[in-house]
Amino acid sequence: MELKNAMAGTLESGDILIQIAPSDVDGLHIELDSTVAYQFGEQIKKVIINTLLELGITQANVKATDKGALDCTIKARVTAAAVRSTGVDVWA
Amino acid sequence: MQRLRRTMMFVPGNNPGMMADAYIYGPDSIMLDLEDSVTMAEKDTARLLVHNALKTIDYGDTEMVVRINPLNTPYGKKDIEAVVKAGVDVIRMPKTETAEEVIEVEREIEKVEKEIGCLGRTQIMAAIESALGVVNAYAIATASKRMMGIALGAEDYSANLKTQRTPEGSELLLARETIVVAARAAGIDALDTVYSNLNDMETFRNEVEAIKKLGFDGKSIINPRQIEVVNEVFAPKEKDIQKSLTILAAIKEAEKKGSGVIAVNGKMVDRPVVLRAQRTIDLAIASGILTKEDIQ
Repeated sequence: MELKNAMAGTLESGDILIQIAPSDVDGLHIELDSTVAYQFGEQIKKVIINTLLELGITQANVKATDKGALDCTIKARVTAAAVRSTGVDVWA
Repeated sequence: MQRLRRTMMFVPGNNPGMMADAYIYGPDSIMLDLEDSVTMAEKDTARLLVHNALKTIDYGDTEMVVRINPLNTPYGKKDIEAVVKAGVDVIRMPKTETAEEVIEVEREIEKVEKEIGCLGRTQIMAAIESALGVVNAYAIATASKRMMGIALGAEDYSANLKTQRTPEGSELLLARETIVVAARAAGIDALDTVYSNLNDMETFRNEVEAIKKLGFDGKSIINPRQIEVVNEVFAPKEKDIQKSLTILAAIKEAEKKGSGVIAVNGKMVDRPVVLRAQRTIDLAIASGILTKEDIQ
């Protein structure tokens, strides 16, 4: 799937900023900056990866700056960034 | 017990922190907003935030409402799809002026509900924010069996009337009375507009007292600080609670004996009196003055 640079989210408390960029290398590469990375870093990355895979995105660079977002917020922000990146909406 | 809608708290649909915490303050309904509080550039992200929040966050017994964008914008249909698929309780239509607009929204809801197999689940409420909306209030209130309430949106309404809002609210009186009468005639709820000056709680309290007297079920609010005031004003007084308990006990007794008509303290009790008594007790329970065990 062809990607272009896109982002969604904010740096406000309880939110996460997701930036998606095309990658030349196979796979999803997640760079996570989070105040709760020690406790929840793996879980946050898992939500990001699963959301992208559900949308059919298997190759991308993702930068995530987390400010304590819930899983549902992470999923929403990743989906929004992916939709902006691919131009393919999730709604009919 | 009929659902109480004393407070419907507005929460911007693009603020995940506020969406996660809103239910902690105990409003009767939470209205996640996709319309005026979200810029056009963020309509897509807010829609996804609201969809995922509704699907995931446990809001308990709180009624979940989403204010969608109008169907004549590029966002309205997608908003409906997103929130119906997430299981929203109520869709709030902004700036409703005719019954046809309600029917159009109902049609879109039905499309999505059929697709996911939950036909008839989603309710609708309409905000009336113009002179034409007030004139058509009853037609709007009865446009669909999904209608659960109508609400006044005073800022747009005042602008449409070519006037401005005043602390005493005389410019809103006709609209408020019309909306309550239309809602009662249709058998649905009436909700009042927001009061946005958080530094003037005295005027806010006066306004809540005034709209309660007019017959409104509750008020749209913009901040958790306003919940306590509304609940206090809507809480029934001790004398009314005792009277209502006596009436309901007498009704139970009469039902046991198979008697249709009863008298309490020498006064005949008919259906409106019983309904008012039941509502008083419902409010007393919701306000924490009584427990369900107290009325067993």
